[in-house]
Amino acid sequence: MDVKDIFSYNWSYLLPEFIILGFATVLSLLDLFAGKRLGKQVIGWLSLVGVVLAAVFVFVNVNTLDKPYSYMTDMIRIDNYGNAFKLIFLAGTAFVLLISLSYLKQREVEHTGEYYYLLLTGLLGAMVMASSADLITLFVGLELLSLSSYVLVGLRKKSLHSNESAFKYVVSGGIATAITLFGMSYVYGLTGTTHVYEISTRLAEAGMAGYQFLVYIAFAFLAVGLAFKISAAPNHMWAPDVYQGAPTPVTAFLAVVSKAAGFSLLFRLLMISFFNVTDGTSRFFFDQGSLYLGIMAAASMIIGNTMALRQTNVKRMMAYSGIAQAGYLLVPFVPPTTLFFSEVIFYLFGYLLVSFGAFAVIMVVSREQGTEDLKGFAGLYHRSPIMAIAMSIFLLSLAGIPITAGFFGKFYLFMGALAQENYWLSAVMIITSVISYYYYFGIIRQMYMRPGTSETPMYVPKGIWTFVLVMAVATVFFGAFPGLVTDYVQAHFNPSFDFGNMLPPTFQ
Amino acid sequence: MDSVTNILLSSLVFSPLLAIVILAFVPNHQGGAIKQIGIYGTLLPLILSLWMFGHFNYETANLQFMEKHDWISIPIGLAQTGAVFTFDINYELGVDGISMPLILLTAIIGTLAAVASWQVKKRLKEYFILFHILLIGMLGVFAADNLFLFFIFFEMTLVPMYFLIGIWGYGEREHAANKFLLYNGIGSGIMLLAFIVIFIMMRTLNIDQIATILSTPEHPAAGALTPGFRFGLFLALFIAFAIKLPVFPFHTWMLKVHVQAPPSIVMIHSGILLKMGAYGLLRMGIGFFPEQAYQFSTWLAILGIINVLYGAVLAFVQKDLKMVLAYSSISHMGIVLLGFASMNTIGFQGAMFQVVSHGFISALLFFLIGVIWDRTQTSMLDELGGLAKSMPFVSGILLAGAMASLGLPGMSGFISEFFAFLGLFGRMPVLAAVGALGIVLTAVYLLRAILRTTFGPTPDRFTGLADAQPMEVIPMVVLLGCIILIGVYPAVLGNPMQQALKTIVPIVTGIGG
Repeated sequence: MDVKDIFSYNWSYLLPEFIILGFATVLSLLDLFAGKRLGKQVIGWLSLVGVVLAAVFVFVNVNTLDKPYSYMTDMIRIDNYGNAFKLIFLAGTAFVLLISLSYLKQREVEHTGEYYYLLLTGLLGAMVMASSADLITLFVGLELLSLSSYVLVGLRKKSLHSNESAFKYVVSGGIATAITLFGMSYVYGLTGTTHVYEISTRLAEAGMAGYQFLVYIAFAFLAVGLAFKISAAPNHMWAPDVYQGAPTPVTAFLAVVSKAAGFSLLFRLLMISFFNVTDGTSRFFFDQGSLYLGIMAAASMIIGNTMALRQTNVKRMMAYSGIAQAGYLLVPFVPPTTLFFSEVIFYLFGYLLVSFGAFAVIMVVSREQGTEDLKGFAGLYHRSPIMAIAMSIFLLSLAGIPITAGFFGKFYLFMGALAQENYWLSAVMIITSVISYYYYFGIIRQMYMRPGTSETPMYVPKGIWTFVLVMAVATVFFGAFPGLVTDYVQAHFNPSFDFGNMLPPTFQ
Repeated sequence: MDSVTNILLSSLVFSPLLAIVILAFVPNHQGGAIKQIGIYGTLLPLILSLWMFGHFNYETANLQFMEKHDWISIPIGLAQTGAVFTFDINYELGVDGISMPLILLTAIIGTLAAVASWQVKKRLKEYFILFHILLIGMLGVFAADNLFLFFIFFEMTLVPMYFLIGIWGYGEREHAANKFLLYNGIGSGIMLLAFIVIFIMMRTLNIDQIATILSTPEHPAAGALTPGFRFGLFLALFIAFAIKLPVFPFHTWMLKVHVQAPPSIVMIHSGILLKMGAYGLLRMGIGFFPEQAYQFSTWLAILGIINVLYGAVLAFVQKDLKMVLAYSSISHMGIVLLGFASMNTIGFQGAMFQVVSHGFISALLFFLIGVIWDRTQTSMLDELGGLAKSMPFVSGILLAGAMASLGLPGMSGFISEFFAFLGLFGRMPVLAAVGALGIVLTAVYLLRAILRTTFGPTPDRFTGLADAQPMEVIPMVVLLGCIILIGVYPAVLGNPMQQALKTIVPIVTGIGG
């Protein structure tokens, strides 16, 4: 692998990243020099422009790229897999910006300028995570996203909750990072390279040469460390506290963008690195490895759904719900099939719509009521029927009831699992889903069946109102016509089902 | 027949949408208008289903009024083979002799329950919107010819029912709603599991095709299923539908719903929703896996007897009229199981007659309970009494309904019990004899309950009660009319069912010899 001259690359494929980087830099300077005179809103709108522009170029890449393009020995690698995830990150960040623009007017976050460009740097980190195939860049992306998130969580300086959760997040995040690095060090020690594709072949050799135990240790540490970012068991404990303490749009960012980024990293790293490891009779990744991920999935589903039953704080409840969703999302990996890519992307897409819709409603209600307690939702139906109906749609989707995007997403995962004759995991999925009915319908119960503190119509900002409505309609629409998304994924991302061009052609 | 376009069935299933759309634009305070729209809205499906019933060709066992459109196609492949298939989920509707009467039943009870909703006092608009969504779900379940569609409609009834019980029910309504949701959620989950496994094995979701594939052993997909695997699938489907039916020991949620839900919703619940379980069991459980059902039939009979006797005995000791009828429903659903257990045409016919007949009878009885509750604010047997003096008409209908329920000849209950037991005696005379005890017990508890309610000394507070109002007379007369019609002219139901049942039975009896 020869390193080419830096000018010999076609840098245009990296335009999305450059745009985000450029906007983050320029906006921070703008905030520094003209911050006082410039309304903070302007920075927010400009960030949105940057995100939309970057999304346009990702679409261009999707349409022009026919095979993966790699920069500097796969330090950065533009491929279908990364592009699909990037679209989710960009859409997620755009949604965060949209709801923030109305939320931050209320002066809950003092440093609004920082807020916006920290979101952009976080997004950049996520994008780097999704499109690199080298431990170094993967780790840099991970840290860029994590550091931005730590600050974002603690941005409400004067709120005790926010401080506490930022502190918890930094400490537990640091530990998780250390565990991940520890796993990576094993990988490096066994293979002597940081390049994921080289790791793949050398790890297989190491496995055959009698270092199997070390390979397993590497896998376990990597999986545990990365479970932090996706808030899956056993590294999920931070989520409830952090979700509760963070400003609501940041919570939504963590729940969707950060989680999706974690998945993109987890999948790429674990799958490629351990794909070829075999003990001669069975493939490690398809047997022990995926069993391990399966146990993680089952534990996340069980813990998330049962702990959510007892929550009275909505954001905590959503955190446990997010842990459960991470569990569902791990199901297609047990073991991975050619279906996995469209399953994951569809599920994340549905989750994106639903989470942002739900968090937008939660944001409005909890601010208006001055509490994040579940009881704040009491009688919402009488005060703002549209919000209540939209929230019901989001909750039904999270619970997996037709006709919603969430239902089809779960159906798809479920079908994949059954196609693998993975009956035990399917059973866990079914049972925990039914348990989840109880707490999702708990909010619905509050909204429709309990008297609220007042009957006066609730004020909902126009922007949020439109946003929530669009998300609700989209949730139902893509629930009824999921083919639109799966067809797009088929047509543009992985026509040959080779895990989104992720694996080099030698792996079959 | 790739794109059969016959929008008749679709327009029937989605006809309640019209009322929903109109209701959405009516202001909340115009209660009278909302009620009228709510009631007239159910006439459209009624007229359509009556028309279809009239034009139904009962000479053939084929599906009629078929409809098919492409809907979702998802790629699916397996890691081991790497091969990719596209699985198509189509929008497929169609009715045969078994589902057509059930659709008509749904439409009739739907309209009458809407009339009974006249008593609903709060949040009318939401009530009727949810009511019509429920109606779409129920019609869709019987019209679907595709497992995915069947599941979606099945689930679609879950959410409106949750609200209808939870908002408009009596005291412990929220508890009842939750119990309903969780039990039925589990049932649906198991059903979905079985459906997807069938889907993956058969590569189709069309109910008709699956039944055909499964009954041709030469087909590779059918050959791949071992008997043990088939039995597992049958059992999964049985449990899923047994929860809905409900079969002992899965019945506890149903009691709560019967007691806590508003009368009009109990009419629908007892009259139609429970029947979805029986329908599913016949069409998917027995229809797909007749051999396994045949092996299981002794257990079916035993479970049926438990249901019959357990329901009857417990109905006898209840103090609440609603509970009496709730246990009575459990007892009567046992007869459906007994009919299925017979594994012959007569028994199946009895079971399906019971499904329809009990639909009408329980709808009538629960409607009457609603009327009585409306006047007296109680349904406790100890507090009621002597209603015959102040409400002779209501009491008379109540007595007639009870007679139908205990199987008096000339009424629908008699035909269904007669056929079901006739069928069962042919195969399992001993079990049939034990089950027949239930008929005696039914007479005992029903007469006890009715006597307590209508006869005896009239408490002072019940002397001036108004008898049935015109809006209340309509459902009573129509329901009783249907009950008597089936009782004296069973062919009205028997003819359409005959051919469809004949397609299921030969497979079964062919195996049984």
